[in-house]
Amino acid sequence: MLPNLPRASLLDFCRRMLLIRHFEEALVDLYNKGHFRGHYHLYIGQEATGVAALSCLRADDYLFSTHRNHGHLLARGAEPKRLLAEILGRADGYNKGKGGTFHTAVASLGFLHTSGVVAGIIPLAIGTAYASKALKNGRVTACLFGDGALEEGAAPEAFNLASLWKLPVLFLCENNGKYGAGQAVGAAQSSSMAAHPLTDLPQAYKIPSQQVDGVDAGAVHQVILDAIKKIRQGEGPQFIETQTVRWPGSETNWPTVPVPTDVALAWDVNSVPEKVREWYRSSDPLLIFVRELVEAEQVTREEIAALERKAKEVIAEAVSFALASPYPKPEEALKDLSA
Amino acid sequence: MRELAYYEAKFEALRELLEVDERVHLIGGTFLSLSPRKAVFQEIAKRYPDRVISPPISELGFCGLATGAAMAGLRPIVDLSTGSFIFEAWPQVVNEAANAFYMSGGQTRAPVVFHLFHGIRGGGAAQHSHSPQAMLWNCPGLEIVLPSSPRDVKGLLKTAVRSDNPTIFVDHVQLLEIRGPVPEKDEVIPFGVADVKRLGSDVTVKVVDPRTLVPLDFAMILASVEKTQRAIIVDETHQSCGVAAEIAARIAEEGFDRLKVPLRRVATLDVPVPYSPPLEEFISPSESRITDAIRATLR
Ligand SMILES: Cc1ncc(C[n+]2csc(CCOP(=O)(O)OP(=O)(O)O)c2C)c(N)n1
Ligand SMILES: [Mg+2]
Repeated sequence: MLPNLPRASLLDFCRRMLLIRHFEEALVDLYNKGHFRGHYHLYIGQEATGVAALSCLRADDYLFSTHRNHGHLLARGAEPKRLLAEILGRADGYNKGKGGTFHTAVASLGFLHTSGVVAGIIPLAIGTAYASKALKNGRVTACLFGDGALEEGAAPEAFNLASLWKLPVLFLCENNGKYGAGQAVGAAQSSSMAAHPLTDLPQAYKIPSQQVDGVDAGAVHQVILDAIKKIRQGEGPQFIETQTVRWPGSETNWPTVPVPTDVALAWDVNSVPEKVREWYRSSDPLLIFVRELVEAEQVTREEIAALERKAKEVIAEAVSFALASPYPKPEEALKDLSA
Repeated sequence: MRELAYYEAKFEALRELLEVDERVHLIGGTFLSLSPRKAVFQEIAKRYPDRVISPPISELGFCGLATGAAMAGLRPIVDLSTGSFIFEAWPQVVNEAANAFYMSGGQTRAPVVFHLFHGIRGGGAAQHSHSPQAMLWNCPGLEIVLPSSPRDVKGLLKTAVRSDNPTIFVDHVQLLEIRGPVPEKDEVIPFGVADVKRLGSDVTVKVVDPRTLVPLDFAMILASVEKTQRAIIVDETHQSCGVAAEIAARIAEEGFDRLKVPLRRVATLDVPVPYSPPLEEFISPSESRITDAIRATLR
């Protein structure tokens, strides 16, 4: 369903989701052409979660993200060109090329530290929440992590602390492990967590916890808005599990794009290879959102196509910018060691 | 002698260990790193489903589990995958496993093997490029193995499992594809025996590979210093308090009068490992830094 928001906001959601999708698809191409090395993780399939959830935050709130951070940063308004420059290890990157895909931090947007260690951010997030409470500045911390992070001991320790001390933190657990179409919310059982549903874990620590369909921007928006409101009122931490179906392109260790996204797929997926067609038909949050927008007569197909063209232009410019950005000077490696 | 790739020799060792010793359990699935080698590993995962298990992302839990299981008679080999992840398991490895035998007055053995891939991998950045062996060397009670060839990885893995002590088995992430001779017959390479990887005379360089840090074959290192009157210690842990620092200190203590020129360390510079290629290259103990050190030493 569509979020209960004015048209301009809905179009803004759409713009951000398109930006994330085309950014990530462009990244696969850059990797395959040898423009950067190592592991990288894409946010495709989770766009509705990130865009809807982050829209509920204030400009001065804190956020923490993981190895799968590109979508979070773009949803929050990071510049695609500087994010891309970072991933390509260039001097114009947000971290001067020192962090790369796993660690892009944009402090001005509230992303102080992005960790590639599974669950590494969860204790840090309760720390910024602790400080915000002590400083009475009303800031909320949004801690964004995957379902796998619950397997680490750091998660329950932090839940306990956050609950005991009523810290203003949102634990947003993006469970991207839901397989197959048509499963009910709650059916995304993890093969490696004995706690099922996952919300059982934070609930044991008396943290109010809910599951929501992460493909549904309207549902995510409503649930997160409500959770943030309670946190800001001083009720302590909240836990939300969003469920999405894994994008078929990231089933392997290195992503592949089964079909380049075009919003026209929202109405006809016949050009999609059969093996992955079902995902694009029923689990793609971007295409679902686009379809809903048009059905609700908020926009025409032509307007959506124009938005997509614009997003692609922005990404093409970002690619040119990042490729033209110089590598940092080798001696840069020795700077920033201490403050 | 036949030639094998490093990952093939390692795979052979794991397969043979599982075959001959029911006490051997593998905990983890990336002993051969990720794709495409992961598929090779699946062969033994399928053949021994009860003894090759894939744990949740709970390093602290499964390293402790393996240590406890070792205390109770099994010979577990735990895969921590990227070396940096051993920090998640630190309390169980350095404060429990390392101390168990000593603290119990010699009653309790913990013959567990912790396997990890260390080192600068190319784009791993600060959190996926650690070489934790120097920190671990600061924890008495652990044995530390660092193979560098297909033959060594096979022979040393055999010894690691036979050892009655907790053993850190550190593979360099960039070695998996290198090829080299590996004997067909079962070969067990003892700990504490260094290997001369390259013989030197006047103008060539003699390369001594300690193969294990604990125990360390310092006699061979000293003999080499005696012969060449020079020493350059090349290592990928960070320079301060690193592996090279310890070896340099021991050469200075026991072989000072045999050195014609000051010894040198070529180690990773003391900053977190950066992501960008030129920065990563700059701080690595690279070929160019090694050659510079050799030139300076010969001057
Ligand atoms: C402490 C630690 N152990 C293992 C890894 C390797 N690793 C990287 S991503 C990942 C899976 C994480 O799953 P999840 O939290 O659900 O995030 P997703 O990738 O599904 O978004 C693992 C095990 C790691 N980065 N850190
Ligand atoms: Mg996941």
